[in-house]
Amino acid sequence: MSQAILERLKERYEDGVVETATERGDDCAVLKREILVDVCRFLKDDADFAMNLFVDVTAVDWLDRRTPRFDVVFQLKSITKRHRVTLKVRVDDGDDAWVPSVTGVWRGADWFERELWDMFGVRVDGHPNLRRILMWDGFEGHPLRKDYPVAGRQPLVPLRKSEVHVFENNPVDPFVVGLGVVREKSDGDA
Amino acid sequence: MGLNNGESSGAGLLEGSVMVTRLDEVTKPGGAQGIINWGRRWSIFQYPFVTACCGMEYMSWMCSHYDPGRFGAEAPRFSPRQADVMFVVGTISHKQAPVLKRVYDQMCEPKWVIAFGACASSGGFYDNYATVQGVDCIVPVDVYIPGCPPRPEAVLDAVMLLQEKIDREGPERWARREAASK
Repeated sequence: MSQAILERLKERYEDGVVETATERGDDCAVLKREILVDVCRFLKDDADFAMNLFVDVTAVDWLDRRTPRFDVVFQLKSITKRHRVTLKVRVDDGDDAWVPSVTGVWRGADWFERELWDMFGVRVDGHPNLRRILMWDGFEGHPLRKDYPVAGRQPLVPLRKSEVHVFENNPVDPFVVGLGVVREKSDGDA
Repeated sequence: MGLNNGESSGAGLLEGSVMVTRLDEVTKPGGAQGIINWGRRWSIFQYPFVTACCGMEYMSWMCSHYDPGRFGAEAPRFSPRQADVMFVVGTISHKQAPVLKRVYDQMCEPKWVIAFGACASSGGFYDNYATVQGVDCIVPVDVYIPGCPPRPEAVLDAVMLLQEKIDREGPERWARREAASK
């Protein structure tokens, strides 16, 4: 059903749409970053599409497997039209790791974009209040990036040694990222 | 009262509302400990530190069907200063750990901790950046309850185990507790 959306986007934005895909009824358009906000506003305001629900924004980290590194994935839904669409924007690491904010289109995107920044370190340009939302101030790194250590814990209180159980491969001692205190890797670590 | 008439508490007998015990039970070294422990054992007021889905099981256990009042444990205290045992019910994240530690520190001695369920005991299957791998990394734990979530019977068993533990305690508890808190 929402393939009509993909067709319409290709017709309207031409080169702005990098590629489209349909998989088991789920439709996806990969967009250039420059047109993202415009596409979002169009999909929301157009009477045929009426994407009035911003469902989620997240990212996929293709570390060492693809350049650009991240897919930033937007899920949109129309409650009135009962259809949905996925939009993706590809961004790379470092200075290129940013997307424009869509909070101007859907106010509800605010916290999702903060989560995107917190978990993946993808900056959101134009966000009114881009702070971490799940992790605390002072947390180092972005935990859902593939290069974040699997056991990268940053405890806020000193940890006691467990009295009862000692997991050989799951030690309780902290593994503080970026502060020079690094636990030696044990054999069981991935 | 936790004991029926005539039942032995280890420290004496209850006759009506009067507890009868032998003088030497009280006066011998450590003798009063039996009575003290008896009192503590049957009035374990809880501080429910409920963070996750185990809370549902905790609620069912707290209701009349399983009746923790049989063990003097039916009164949750929402001030840590009035509580004897902290039930850590659910996953504890590193962000939350300072709160847990602070609540524990606010409880008056004697105090105990029960780790309710897999997450509180060991982190459960949340072996990741966010989760404390067992609350005994933060505070000393007296009884661990396995299960995801535990059956209410397992919780009752834990309360009885805690009662047994309280019953065995004497002055040496403080030395041990002091060492454990370091």
